[in-house]
Order: sequence, then C-alpha cells, then structure tokens
Amino acid sequence: MNVKLNRRRFIKGVIASGIAAGTIGHGNAAAGGARPAEAVDRLLSLNINGRTRRVDVLPQETLAHTLRYKLGLTGTKLGCNRGECGACTVLIDDVPHYACSMLTHNARGKTVLTVEGLQQADGTLHPVQQAFVDELAPQCGFCTPGQIMATVGLLRVNPKPTREQARHSLSGNLCRCGAYDHYLNAVMRASGQAT
Amino acid sequence: MTYQHIGKDFTPPDIFGKVTGKAKYAEDFTADGMCYARLLVSPMPHARVKKLDLKAALAMDGVFGVLTADNLPPVEAPNGGILTNEPVFIGDPILAVAAVDEKTAEDAISRIDIELEPLPFTVNPTDSLRPAGPNAREEGNIYAGSPPQVGELHWRQDEVERFLAGGQPSAEAPIEWQYGDLEASFDNAAVILTESFVTTGYAHMSMEPRSVMSYWENGKCFVYGSTQSQSFIIPFLAPMVGVAPENLVYVSEYCGGGFGSKIFPYPIMALPAHFAKKLGRPVMLRITREEEYYIGSARVGFQGWIKAGFAADGRVSAVDLYIVQDLGPKRAGGDASSAGGAVSILYQPEALRLRSVPVLTNTTPRGAQRGPGQNQIAAIFEPMMDKAAQELGLDRVAIRRINAPDSNAKLNADQGPVTSAHMAEALDLGAKRWNWAEKAKRSGRRKGSKVTGIGIGQGYHAAGTSGFDGLVRITPDGKIHLHSGVGNLGTYSYASTTRAAAEALKCDWSQCEIVHGRSAAHLPWSSYQAGSVTIFTHTRANHVAALDAVAKLKEVAAAALGGQAGDYDIDGQRVFHRNRASRALSYGEAAAKAIEMGGKYSGDEVPEDIHDVTKRAVAGIAGTGLVGVAKDSLPMRGTVPGFAIGFVEIELDVETGKHEIIDYLAVGECGTVVHPLGLANQLRGGGVWGFGMATTERHVYDPQNGLPANVGFYQCKPPTYLDVPSNMDWAAADIPDPDNPVGARGIGEPAMGCAVAAVMCALSDALGGHLFNRTPVTPDVILSHIAGLPPTSGPLAINTF
Repeated sequence: MNVKLNRRRFIKGVIASGIAAGTIGHGNAAAGGARPAEAVDRLLSLNINGRTRRVDVLPQETLAHTLRYKLGLTGTKLGCNRGECGACTVLIDDVPHYACSMLTHNARGKTVLTVEGLQQADGTLHPVQQAFVDELAPQCGFCTPGQIMATVGLLRVNPKPTREQARHSLSGNLCRCGAYDHYLNAVMRASGQAT
Repeated sequence: MTYQHIGKDFTPPDIFGKVTGKAKYAEDFTADGMCYARLLVSPMPHARVKKLDLKAALAMDGVFGVLTADNLPPVEAPNGGILTNEPVFIGDPILAVAAVDEKTAEDAISRIDIELEPLPFTVNPTDSLRPAGPNAREEGNIYAGSPPQVGELHWRQDEVERFLAGGQPSAEAPIEWQYGDLEASFDNAAVILTESFVTTGYAHMSMEPRSVMSYWENGKCFVYGSTQSQSFIIPFLAPMVGVAPENLVYVSEYCGGGFGSKIFPYPIMALPAHFAKKLGRPVMLRITREEEYYIGSARVGFQGWIKAGFAADGRVSAVDLYIVQDLGPKRAGGDASSAGGAVSILYQPEALRLRSVPVLTNTTPRGAQRGPGQNQIAAIFEPMMDKAAQELGLDRVAIRRINAPDSNAKLNADQGPVTSAHMAEALDLGAKRWNWAEKAKRSGRRKGSKVTGIGIGQGYHAAGTSGFDGLVRITPDGKIHLHSGVGNLGTYSYASTTRAAAEALKCDWSQCEIVHGRSAAHLPWSSYQAGSVTIFTHTRANHVAALDAVAKLKEVAAAALGGQAGDYDIDGQRVFHRNRASRALSYGEAAAKAIEMGGKYSGDEVPEDIHDVTKRAVAGIAGTGLVGVAKDSLPMRGTVPGFAIGFVEIELDVETGKHEIIDYLAVGECGTVVHPLGLANQLRGGGVWGFGMATTERHVYDPQNGLPANVGFYQCKPPTYLDVPSNMDWAAADIPDPDNPVGARGIGEPAMGCAVAAVMCALSDALGGHLFNRTPVTPDVILSHIAGLPPTSGPLAINTF
C-alpha cells in the first residue's frame, strides 16, 4: 500500500484497487526501523544554544525532529515540515535555516541557535524578542519563533536594514494571521530604527 | 470618557511565551507512556469500505491497536464523524493505528488489507444539480430545511444552462427570504445592474496543524487541543469523548490560528481520547500539513447571480440575490443568508430577496471562515457599487456615504435594529486620512506597462452577543485574578476584555493576574472565540462580574467597619467610607474578611442564573478570596454591527497580469478602541486575508478524479511578506456603542471583507471598470480579459483549474 498520496500513486492505486495511507508523518518518534550498517555515528555531539548536547540521531532525522522530540526544544515549530513556511527557522553558524529541511547529521561541527537560546539567564529578553513584545508583533504566535530567528540572522549581517530589505529577508517566513506589518515594525525597532 | 485601562496598550501575558518559545501548543505536550497515532485516509472522493483486514498490522511489534468507525459512536449524516466507512472526500479519515512511534504506525497502515468500492462524486455544485448529476452523499446532494437535513434536488437541464449563462435563475431554491416590495423597488430604479459571479472555496490553512493529545486519569479525560475557544469547548467536546463535562480537563493555552475552523471541537479532536481509553495509555495524534488541508476546513464557495437597482440619487433601491453554495460533503451552510444580511445592512436597500441552494460536493469539508458569506459578497457587490457610481456620475466614496448605515439602520429579513452604526463618519475619516480626493485622480494612470487602480471597499459582520458569565477574584494578598474563559486565538481579546473588569474595580494593572488557558484553572462560561464577538461580549461579562465584586467589597466593608454599603466607595485598591476616611480596607483586607464571612462573598454561594461551567469554576476557588461572578444580562437592543473600510492603491502590470499593492488604509467602525495595538493587528491582518482571497487563494480539484491539487502552503498561496505592502495604515472611528459598558464592538471579520472588496474594486478600476465577478482574480484571468479572450476556466468554474 502506498503511504504517500499523490496523483501518480493514486492512479496506480485505483488501477490496483488498492488504497493509500494519508501522508508521511513527522518522522518516527523513536528509533524504529532497521539500523543501517553505516550508522556507527548515531550518537552525536551537537552545539546547541552554546551547550554541547549528546543525542542519538537516526541517519534520516531532521534537525527540527531532533530539537523538538529528543531535546525538548519545542520553540522550533513545525508548520509544514516541507520547507514552505519557515516556522522551524534556526540559525546554523549564524545563518537562518529551515530545521525541517536539514538533516541533523549535517549540523555536526556547527553552532545551532534556537529561539530558546536568545533569552539571557537572568530572564532578560534578547533585543529582538523585546521588540516583538513592544510592537505586539505576534498574533497566534505559532510562526513567531521562526520570525524572530530570521530577524536575528538578518541583523547579524545587516544591523540597520531598510524596511524593504527586512521584508525581503523575512519573506521565507509565512504568517497566516497576516501580522507582517507588526513584524516589520519589530525588526525596525530591534535595529534601533523605530519611528 | 476618560479611562484608566480602556484605549491604552498593555502587554498581554502570553506574548512572552510566544517570543521565547516557551508557549506550549498542543503538539508540544508529552505524557509518560505516550504512543502515537497515524491516520489512514481515503484516496477516493467518495467510496465505501468493502473489506478491512487488520491482522497483519496488529501482529506487528510495537503496534498497540487500531481504531475504526465501528469502534466509535455512530454519527448521523452529514455530521462529520471521527472515522468513517463511507469516505466522502479525499483525505477523509477511515481508521487510525497507534504504535510506539509514528514510523511503526505507518508501517502497520501499509500492511492493512483494505478494499474500497468507488461511488459517484462531484466537485462542482452545478454538475450535481443537473438532471442526472451525481450526489455527493448516498443520502442526497443538498443540505437544507428546518432543521436542515440531506435531501435531493436536481434542476432541469435548461435551468442549469440558463444559470451558467448568467440568466435570471428560475430553478427551485430551498432557502428563500425577502423583505420589501422587490418589483416596485426595481421599478423605481434609475440603474439596474445584473451580474453572475463565482467565489471559490479555499482552505483555512492555520499555521498550527490541529494535533491533539489525550489521556485518562482517575476517571478524568485530559485533552490538549488547539481551539479558538476555551470554556465554550467543554459542553461540546465532553459528549464527543464520552465523559461528563465535569470530568473533562481541557487545555488550549495557545492556538496557532483558527480563522473559524477551530470554533467548536472538530471530530478528529476526539480520536486520541477514544484511543487512549481503549489502550490505557496517552495518545498523541500529530496532524501533517497535508492532513490539515483535508480536515482543516475551508470557505464555502458561491456560484451566484445578482440584480441590483439604484435610484437616481445613488440609493440602493432593490437587490435580488441567488446563490448556489458549495458546502463540501458535510454539515455546513449559513454563508448565503449571511451574505444577504450583509447587503441588507451595508446598503440599506428598500427591498431584498435572497434565494439559496446549498449543495454538497466531494471536496474538503467547509465551515465558517473569517466573514463567512459577508466577505464573499463584499468581493462581488462593492465593485458593482463602483459601476453604479460611474453610471450615475457619482464619486465612489459619495455613493457609499449616501447608503451608509447609521444607528437607525435595519438589517436581515426581519429588518431588526442595530445597537449603533456610524459608517458616514468612518467614510469621512478614511477619505480624509487617505486623501481620497487626490489619490482617486491617479485612477488609470499609466507608467510603462503598469496601470494604477484605486479601490475602496466595505466589510461587515455581526460583532457581539450576550448572556455569558464573568468571574473575578480578589485574594488576601491584594491580587485581582481575572478569570477568562475566552480562547487564545491570537487577538489578545482573552486579555483585553478583562481590562473592563480592572476599569470597574479602579485598580492598577500591576495588581491584576489573568487566569486562562485550561479548564482546571477555574474559568467561567465564555462565548465562542469567533464571529468578531469577543470584545463586545466579554467586556460586558467582565464588567458585570467586577460590579458584583465592587458591591461585595462595599458590603464587606460595611460589615467590618460599620455603616451601610452605600456609604462606601472604591479607588486605589481600597474600599473606604465616603465621609470618614479612616474607615477603609485594602482589597486584600476585604478579601480576607470575605473569606471569613463566607456565603456569596467567598464563592460558597453562587447566583442561580450562571452556567454550570461557571458554577464549577467558582466551586474550585470558593473560600480563597472575594468572588465576583455574574451573568451578563445587560440590555442589547439589536444586532451589534462591526464595520470596516479599506482604501487601496495598486499597480497592475498589463503585460504580466500581476499587481502590487502600493498603499493600504483600514478604518474600523467598531465602537470604542479598547486595545489600540490589538485593533491595529486585526485591521492589518484582516487586510492580508482580504488580499489573499481577492487574488491568490482557491481550491483546485481535478474534476475527473476528485483529487485536490493544492494541499500545501505554496499551492494554496496565502500572502507572504512580498504580497502585501510594507506599510499598512489604520484608523478607527472610535465612537462608543451605547450597549456596551466601555462602548466596544468587534472587528476581526469586516477587517478582511473591506480589503477583499477594495482590491477587487482597484483591479476593476485599473481596467476601466471591468467587473471580474469572481475570486480569486489571478493573472491569467486578467490577461485573458486584456486580450479579449474568454476566461480560461468555464462559466462559474469553481474548485477546478
């Protein structure tokens, strides 16, 4: 039986009087399936939010999956799990990446920064987080961690972006509530350019 | 009126979780021993399960069980069941497997031997209405009547052809209402416009897929879900999972978007609870983006015909509206009547008739989506207003002002009253702020291949109700706990409505704590968080609860310090004797005294008229402080209207058919502004929704196989940063409504309707007044028009390429 519903498989399925399952899920939650012969390096040391985290990672596992379901860093959201929405945006060596579209094994030797790594130990918010609060930028909030990480990444390479530059830089982060204007206001505030 | 809290910005407490990643949405919760469920969904648009062999799946290591429709309570069609043996759309859940992890569950699904018998299906309402057209369900093809039920209706072939060709419909319409003398009012019209139109359905596509986790503990059922509403969910979800309301613990601290699709508990929400009961362990059901498209609801589509008459002075004299609704395969509807209602109030026609045919199709289930009905008709009727203005030689703002509803406005079939309306003032405000007089001159201006279009649009939705409860508690430490049963949809109204209680209690906001998000936190009975109702409804409920607390503070003070309750007043978190300042109690001291006095003061006795949900909430906090609790029985003299006006400038490239929105202003006519930043976010966010509806978002189904072609974000195409202007302005009329203690009315839905209408008008304006009469207006539609070619899709094409 097919596990991925698409036109080609559906037509094949109809011909065979078979049936398809709904979709591929968010990936397996535990170490299900056969262990590949080359999987000797499953136990990885990852630099996440300035700390070294040891974690057992499957070869096909995405970084979003590792962060959320093995390290408990659920601030990284999964809106689509296919690189369309940006809710899972994290910084890899200071560059924004979709964590749903990156294998965890490819994060070896790199620094990973998630939304949980921004706030200081004493509770002080990162300036970008504070700007998002001040501008009431989020609505439902589900895309907000991704928007914040994309903003942090932008400001590291362009500390004083124009509004138009910010708009383009964040365009890979979808907001179904349509809070774009408030997010851009927050970017400008975080960069010291609030009007 | 000067307020301490109303009309001022504040920081809602939940926003810190949103910016730090600490906010927990349904999928972020875990429980010891939790297993994972996966769904097997239908690959056919309509079928019957003929054979189901689960043995191989159940024999697998790590598989805990399978749930089918046969294991669940039966559901009468066309209500949506949790699982089904007669799937009626591609993606309809047939069964679920629970296993140690999702991969194992999916592997088990692949070993299930299932055979489906294909049944007739349709993805186009007018195809189903043909004489031998397919029925979407075995029970029939329409959903109508009182009470509504599935029936069968087929037109004559000539009636179908006439409707598709734009002729005046004569075929039977199960729903019909009218007021006024239609014929006489058309006779008095100087201009009569007749148009046929189509507005396609499209998916809600909330950012958060509707995942659910459930478990049972000591006879209680715990559900972690994603809903717009909080307390309102309890009496509906409890029977769905098979538990008494008092034994349901419902947690929905955050909701990653709903837009109407998560007002009520939805069928799949009950699946983990049933599975958890069967397996004796917690069950998590994570929903994928593709599944969210299938079961996440969509807007009702319209195929329609409209005739509108205008008097020589610009007044709308008569409207005749006929709408075939695409309801999807399950219970839905109401959009057409809402469309009629919106026309009745926005333009105040002397006479109006609505006829509607609610047709079932084998597309994704439909439900309320931001301005259900009102926003579809806004997209169609507002460009007709422009056309009438052109024929009558009137300015486009002026014709709307001529028809603008005021506080004597009437609406709907019964021509009932409104609580207040001030659209003329709002139009004046918007026209001035946007500099309409100057910008309108840019209409049709050409720069290379780009043409400027100027648009104005209006949106409406009923925006308030009454009869819900408020609950406040003052504890001996002096803290004021504002219990809010309103859901956390992202509007922050769960918090902003409690400001009305703080206002009545004359207290510092720093002394207030908002209690919300989980039923175990003792939350009062609250309205659905939808329909733009919350700000009106729950400022009232919070106000009456606070008044109850104030009365009790005075009575407690009189009991403790002597005199009558009427001798006392409040301010600065103190209750004091008006003439003897030394006789005073802090709120904390009064709370301690209230606990000592017991009875109604401490919540040990409650009013009879409050809801059971509230009674249980009060029982949970009784004896911990001074309790103010009351049902909102304040007067409400009519429908509470929410209005918005959008002004937009676009540049349309006549070589590519693409457009750019240059400038946008939204004006809210929604009573007193309670929370300025929150209102701004709603007006702007609604604008983005309107842009999407006008130009990009639609269902696409393969009519041959019933296959959906756009199940992801990219294909459904909600607007991105690059589809909207980088600055969106807003304003508000800020005129208090007399039936709300702080003057507030709702806004969320008209904020979208005005935007879709404004963009439709601007597109028409850029092309010399051509009416597209369809949403979305995609570049191919524009290029076909410019080239003088017929539309690329057939007449009134809906759900198709």
